[in-house]
Amino acid sequence: MKRNKEKNTKTGGIPTGRLLLLFLKGSKGFFAVSILTSLAVAALDMVNPQIIRYTVDSVIGSEPSALPAFVNSAIDRLGGPAALREKLWILALAVVLVALVSAVFRYLQRLYNTKAAETLVKTMRDRLFRHIQSLPFAWHMKHQTGDIIQRCTSDVDTVKNFLSEQLTSVLRIVIQVALSLAVMYSMNIRLAAASTLTLPVILLYSAFFGKKIGSRFRDCDENEGLLSAIAQENLTGVRVVRAFGREKYERERFRAQNDKYTSLWLKLSKLMAAFWGMGDLLSGAQVLIILTLGVQTCLAGEMKPGAFIAFMTYNSMLSWPIRRLGRTISELSKAGISLRRLSDILSSPVERDRENACEPDLHGDIVFDNVRFAYEDCPELLHGISFKVKAGSTVGILGGTGSGKSTLVYLLDRLYELPADGSGGKITVGGVDIADMRARYLRKNIGMVLQEPYLFSRSLADNIGITRENLPMEEIREAARIACLDETVCSFAEGYNTFVGERGVTLSGGQKQRAAIARMLTEKAPILVFDDSLSAVDAETDAAIRKELDSHLGDATVFLISHRTSTLMNADWILVLDRGRLVEQGTHAALIAAENGLYRRIYEIQRAGAEEEKGEEASGREDPGETTSEPEKEAMEGGESRE
Amino acid sequence: MNKTQTEKKTPPKKKKEEYVRLPYFGINRLIPFLAKYRGRLLVMLILGIVGSLVDIALPLFQRYAIDNYITKGIADTLPIFIGAYILTLIIQIVANCITTYNASHVEMMIGHDLKQTCFDHLQTLSFSYFNQNSVGYVHARIMSDTSRIGELVSWVLMDSIWHTSYIVGSMIVMFSIHPLLAAAVVLVVPLAALLIAVCLKKLTQLNRNIRELNSQISGDYNEGITGAKTIKTLVIEDKITGEFMDDTQKMRKTSVRATHFRGLLFSTVSFFSFVALALVLWRGGLITERQVMEIGTLSAFMSYAQGLMDPLLWLIDAVSTLINTQVNIERVTKLLQTKSDVADTKEVVERYGDTFSPKRENWEELHGDIAFEDVSFTYPDGEEKVLEHFSLKVPQGTRVAIVGETGAGKSTLVNLVCRFYEPTEGRVLIDGRDARERSQLWLHSNIGYVLQSPHLFSGSVRDNLRYGKPDATDEEIWEALKTVSADAVVERMGKGLDSEVGEGGDLLSTGEKQLLSFARAIIADPRILVLDEATSSVDTVTEQIIQNALGKVTEGRTSFLIAHRLSTVRDADVILVVKDGRIVEQGSHAELMKRHGYYHSLYTRQFEQEAVESLM
Repeated sequence: MKRNKEKNTKTGGIPTGRLLLLFLKGSKGFFAVSILTSLAVAALDMVNPQIIRYTVDSVIGSEPSALPAFVNSAIDRLGGPAALREKLWILALAVVLVALVSAVFRYLQRLYNTKAAETLVKTMRDRLFRHIQSLPFAWHMKHQTGDIIQRCTSDVDTVKNFLSEQLTSVLRIVIQVALSLAVMYSMNIRLAAASTLTLPVILLYSAFFGKKIGSRFRDCDENEGLLSAIAQENLTGVRVVRAFGREKYERERFRAQNDKYTSLWLKLSKLMAAFWGMGDLLSGAQVLIILTLGVQTCLAGEMKPGAFIAFMTYNSMLSWPIRRLGRTISELSKAGISLRRLSDILSSPVERDRENACEPDLHGDIVFDNVRFAYEDCPELLHGISFKVKAGSTVGILGGTGSGKSTLVYLLDRLYELPADGSGGKITVGGVDIADMRARYLRKNIGMVLQEPYLFSRSLADNIGITRENLPMEEIREAARIACLDETVCSFAEGYNTFVGERGVTLSGGQKQRAAIARMLTEKAPILVFDDSLSAVDAETDAAIRKELDSHLGDATVFLISHRTSTLMNADWILVLDRGRLVEQGTHAALIAAENGLYRRIYEIQRAGAEEEKGEEASGREDPGETTSEPEKEAMEGGESRE
Repeated sequence: MNKTQTEKKTPPKKKKEEYVRLPYFGINRLIPFLAKYRGRLLVMLILGIVGSLVDIALPLFQRYAIDNYITKGIADTLPIFIGAYILTLIIQIVANCITTYNASHVEMMIGHDLKQTCFDHLQTLSFSYFNQNSVGYVHARIMSDTSRIGELVSWVLMDSIWHTSYIVGSMIVMFSIHPLLAAAVVLVVPLAALLIAVCLKKLTQLNRNIRELNSQISGDYNEGITGAKTIKTLVIEDKITGEFMDDTQKMRKTSVRATHFRGLLFSTVSFFSFVALALVLWRGGLITERQVMEIGTLSAFMSYAQGLMDPLLWLIDAVSTLINTQVNIERVTKLLQTKSDVADTKEVVERYGDTFSPKRENWEELHGDIAFEDVSFTYPDGEEKVLEHFSLKVPQGTRVAIVGETGAGKSTLVNLVCRFYEPTEGRVLIDGRDARERSQLWLHSNIGYVLQSPHLFSGSVRDNLRYGKPDATDEEIWEALKTVSADAVVERMGKGLDSEVGEGGDLLSTGEKQLLSFARAIIADPRILVLDEATSSVDTVTEQIIQNALGKVTEGRTSFLIAHRLSTVRDADVILVVKDGRIVEQGSHAELMKRHGYYHSLYTRQFEQEAVESLM
């Protein structure tokens, strides 16, 4: 996976502010509750030091109460401070009660913050996934899987952390600090002012170091990436390493990077240790200043011991959050980059149907009218191809690699679009331009088996039945039977429940192709495309599948793409493509009659090969002298052919 | 496009095995790695305790200030007080700086050492190990498990030292101030500890689920993107998106569930801190009223009582980390204990040196006479015998071709010649002596290997081409490049031999990579040359050029050509025909064609295919 993170960040797209609002859909309420509850927590944190102060100064001591009037009157009703002196447990209970309420709010605050964050991240992920699914296929071809996945995972996480941790913690800290300071100012202005003055120092210090450490962190990360890449290369290239006897060199290579990475980390650790140490020193000095000033204030009679204890408690509520705030501020910039990278994806235009896109019946004739096509940034591949396929007929397309035969059917399925201005000709089904149809409707009605079939990581049954909701098992098996897969599947220990793909069994190429055919058959589409889809099965199975298909295809229009004439010879019409041009077309009989035609030459070579092989197999088995006679062979092939 | 696939091959079913119980939590297995850092560990222990002691001392300053200055109204010793406070602070900061740095140091160095040891060990393991374990799996062992262990060892240790000493120390102080009051506070601890432990256990499990869901979601992305073409043709975008949204919903639910416990955990901690505080306020207040205890002392006591819960949480957290890291220890030690299937004997190592310190002065020259003597072979992870009593003499300079269909097992013989595997029975002789009598490195240093899926290392073209001969000159390199007509490829790359090839050679096409790896093998000037479908991805014109060069390149060398395309091996001295993992025919092209057997049928079929290809 390439680490070209910084690329493409400058391209426009959706402004990040609007993107944030888009992502926040559905989670704003949770965020609001989370902020409100953190306000409550901060407020409740202010209460207990006051209870202690009251206890120390007015209950144990004999100072007049400094509590608000309504609290005093409530205490008076209980019998005043004197009564409380006998019943200290009431005050203790008050502390516990406040703590309990505060604990509940703390819990709610966490809960709602998580709800907000998770809803947000779900919105982002779903939006991205949906968007990616509706992007045109050309977009997929242009972008690296690894890069997109990285954006969808780590960039999403960065944005989530920004909104749910950094932003809310900034808010929370500001609330907490503001409240603490407010209470402190109400207790003693001079002391509070002293405390306030020290805060910017701590804040600036933390922000400065946070930034410094942040860049070192990125350094370490990058070097870890390099180390990881060396290990990865060594493991994937293990044969090369062994065959050249270069284990020692590899060891040194790994060691050099391992040392570099470790030493970078150690340097960072030193910096961190210094950072924390200095931070502790600053906080400690701040406490000392307030402690000393507090003692003097008390000695001057301006403050009571209980108040002093409470004040020290409030003061201790400032230092840590401020330090965190500094770090957080230094990390805020990351989210912007991630948001822009996400906006790149989300602002790529999705596939759109034309206005009034229609859904006509697709059992009509298919016409390619002077189709020209070039992939982006590539020379023209199809140079004006025209042909007509009668509804319900089977058309074979013969062509070599790079002849454009697959592109033809991709265009029919609108995986790629012909230019909208009509300069690339058009394709019609039943007289309707496919560009005027709903793309999904069109694709739903074209059953396509790709050259390299892709199976999803789920059970075989789920793979075959993926095209429709709740397809009955009987239909799945029927499709598999037609694709000559049923027997194979039944030989698996877990049958149709066999897990396929990355985390399951690996099917052979032929099995995959047959599964893809079965899957396509469940669509029961009026147009079927087989893009060289039996290349990986042996000749016998090939024939068997074609025979099964023939008797089950009904009135579908079929495109058969192959480089084997034996696969195509029974088609109603055959197109021969050569380097993007339609060089011949006609029935098998007509094409082999053409003197010096490309099809005929290919046919002859392949037939010669096939005969020799058959001859050998026969001779190898029993009688070396005799080869299978021509009529017999015709009969055999006739049996396979489509009526 | 799907480069990410290797990264996450851990089957979901296996996840349940992550609960591993080891004696002593597996720490004993790490002793060899820890011993090196015992000095630093000792420093961590001592200064960690010092740091905690200072933490415990700090509330005493406030106590002193209140009891001696504020209540009594005299502050004559204030300068000394300030001095003492600053001194304490400095002690604490120095102690903390040194301990945290040492902890990081130990963490990183243990990670470093384990990584290196694992990597080195992997260099000696045989191919059967790599065939049985996916790259992603092994990679995770080297990179993440080792880091986890380093983290565990140093930080769990540090946390235990800090928090245990804090808890013990503050309890001692409390008991010395007022035993009864202290006892009341201590009563809260077991209840809090129980709640913390329950929440943590639940949380660990939920976090595990979250990690699984996380990889599931990346997997979904991977499938949704690599399978885009299929999804479009089947028009199942909605279904796939729906399933994706189910997964993200599950993720949301699980995360929120985990938060219930995380919230409960932290709420519990803060609540119990206040319960302890309230207890002190109540009972302690009564005591203070009776003038038995002073206000400053009461306030210090409250600090201790309230400060007890956080260390308790982190201590329990450390234990739970320890429990969860056992699996990482288990996996790494298992890797280190894996023995290579192909190992040099002690005598061989003594004479020829090992992988990392070869004794080249004792190496004999390798001529390239190879003989299979009654060799039987079964792959370590297979059951079927792929070779049975096979004998073949390959004199120096012979060109052996191995042909057969894809997946027929053509590489087996080569694997044995290269000693990537050892025969189950019989012997492979090199220059008349059993291959096992010489070191693997001796043999490998004389082999040039060109793979079907060529592998280049990130770095410059020059670095790659010199891989088999580090001191090759640029002239030699260009010479080899010309031989395989890859000079044009390198010239096209802009910076010539200094051009970067990208990770795994990504910046080049497969065909170009094949050409470069061919040149790489030639530069190594090996006595034995193995070409494993080396030209399958180059165009026909280039292949023809290489074909012509092959005669020159293989001259005087014993060479093995594994080929899918039979036209490329017609002039080999011996052709071995492989079918279903077994050698079914052998002989020269002419002999085999005359026999009208399997080779003949393969050949004619391909001939026809190639003829067609040339037409289209």
